[in-house]
Amino acid sequence: MSFFLETLLGGLMSGMLYSLVALGFVLIYKASGVFNFAQGAMVLFAALSMARFSEWIPEWLGMDNLFMANLLAIAVSVVVMFAVAWMIERLVLRHLVNQEGATLLMATLGIGYFLDGIGQTVFGSDIYKIDVGMPKEPVTMLESVFDGGILINKEDFVAAFIAAMLVLALTIFFQKTSTGRALRAVADDHQAAQSIGIPLGRIWVIVWCVAGITALVAGIIWGSKLGAQFSLSTVALRALPVVILSGLTSVPGAIIGGLIIGVGEKLSEVFLGSYVGGGIEIWFAYMLALVVLLFRPQGLFGEKIIDRV
Amino acid sequence: MFYRENGQFKTTYQSDQQIFAIPQDRWAILAIVAVAFVGVPLLVDEYLLRAILIPFLILSLAALGVNILVGYCGQITLGAGASMAVGAYAAYNFLIRVDGMPALAAILLGGLAAAAAGMMFGVPSLRVRGLYLAVATLAAQFFWDWAFLRIKWFTNNASSGSVSVADINLLGWTISTPTDKYLFCLGILVVFSLMAKNLVRGSIGRQWMAIRDMDVAATVIGIRPMYAKLSAFAVSSFYIGVAGALWGFIHLGSWEPAAFSIDRSFQLLFMVIIGGMGAISGSFFGAAFIVILPTVLNQVLLLVGGVFGLEISVALVSHIEVTVFGALIVFFLIVEPHGIARLWSTGREKLRLWPFPH
Repeated sequence: MSFFLETLLGGLMSGMLYSLVALGFVLIYKASGVFNFAQGAMVLFAALSMARFSEWIPEWLGMDNLFMANLLAIAVSVVVMFAVAWMIERLVLRHLVNQEGATLLMATLGIGYFLDGIGQTVFGSDIYKIDVGMPKEPVTMLESVFDGGILINKEDFVAAFIAAMLVLALTIFFQKTSTGRALRAVADDHQAAQSIGIPLGRIWVIVWCVAGITALVAGIIWGSKLGAQFSLSTVALRALPVVILSGLTSVPGAIIGGLIIGVGEKLSEVFLGSYVGGGIEIWFAYMLALVVLLFRPQGLFGEKIIDRV
Repeated sequence: MFYRENGQFKTTYQSDQQIFAIPQDRWAILAIVAVAFVGVPLLVDEYLLRAILIPFLILSLAALGVNILVGYCGQITLGAGASMAVGAYAAYNFLIRVDGMPALAAILLGGLAAAAAGMMFGVPSLRVRGLYLAVATLAAQFFWDWAFLRIKWFTNNASSGSVSVADINLLGWTISTPTDKYLFCLGILVVFSLMAKNLVRGSIGRQWMAIRDMDVAATVIGIRPMYAKLSAFAVSSFYIGVAGALWGFIHLGSWEPAAFSIDRSFQLLFMVIIGGMGAISGSFFGAAFIVILPTVLNQVLLLVGGVFGLEISVALVSHIEVTVFGALIVFFLIVEPHGIARLWSTGREKLRLWPFPH
């Protein structure tokens, strides 16, 4: 029982991290109808920038304070991600308005290649450490309930907490601020939003900025777990089933979908994987999403698709 | 001046329905095929054959398959790499497990196996469409990646999923030199392109296009979506599977599952989008662009590095290559979202009026 609970909790934690990346997809898809395959590259780019600036800044300024270095590095990385977002809107999306979905998809793939390449050209391609002082040691919980208790990685716990805070902040931003209202209006109907004077171009820049921030948060958390390295860009592929399962248009759905996928992956790997040779978690998530799609083509929380001729 | 159709009247149905209705086109295509079969093997050196032309031919075949599905039937797929893998590994198993199996038959059977697998993973297309479908097809990609790595039966108990095939033999013709390989792939490509062109002109191709343009409307006028979509998945996977088998048997010789990873799927989709969706010629343009670009970039970067006396490391060159590749793709999509095939047809329209456009 305690082993089952441990697996379940582990799944919930990694699910929280998936939903962080999935959020980036959903935000951009909702606001501009673009399925952003470059989200993984953005996570990698943000993580690399964070890792390298936290190394370079103390060198340049000749200081020895880890906290200040991290803070400055985060600030610089935020600026970098804003610049990336602005350039993507300015140089790419602006010219591709009204193109087919497939063309836009390919364009974001191109952006992804570009970011992968330039990130590793500028920042280098080794494995870099991100040290933001995440606690590493595991703790034991609920010893009174179970024999031996359950072992939890404190790092996962902190990461899940940060992810939850980010989601909360995003929800408040979307529901309570005027920019958030404008974003939701654009998501509902581009033309109607434009007709009441919401500047579409600026909204898209803002959305990409927000997606850049979520990429940065995801990059820092994943990066301090695994190190900032090329394989981070594949995290996006792990998060894709999440958005499909929960629907491309729902922010809370991305969170719940992330938790479902996270738990499903871990449980399947532990309880089914040993029978078929292991390593099934990567496609199991996709199969899970596929089965859901067969019954609900719009995903669990997506808007209903209505056919018009 | 040379490319005029004035005075060419079509007096029979046959001449009206030819693939290349204008004699100039007909002669040009014949000339290209003749040069490809006779001229190229005489003039081109082995390195070029091995590094550029053979990959180009095989990937054009795969892009043709992807184009049937994406360009003609409108179902976006990101699982093309998986179909290639199924084709390659199925052909391998037919070859080693059946005594006296001719290699060409094994390759075609590999294509059929890929078609069956493609139909299986095409079933979701009946319920979901667009981007949801694109991600759903990734399920096939990851499943087959895993299957060929972990299920030892498929790879005849090879340790890391790596298998190899000896030079194949076709009716006493041993295909071993690059020239032989080139001619073999070219022959298959010509036959398959002709088949594809006729398929998309025929009844089934028109059904695919109706489904692509608006599937609800197509259903209303009596097209069965299940039949049309699944047949598109089957035909397209067959093409891609044959290409995969060729890639393994002819180009690589020995391969492992990583040869058909998700990057291959992206690459094939790039070819179709950049070449031109819904145009047979687009597959060739796209394949040429994607195959040649990295080689050219690599050479240019080394050259630039040499001019400025910079010592550029191999890793840095590959990073810059990826960067420029991504930028060029975005650039091409912006300049011509309908692909190189559209540029080509615009150019042809201009040529018809040249040199007196008014």
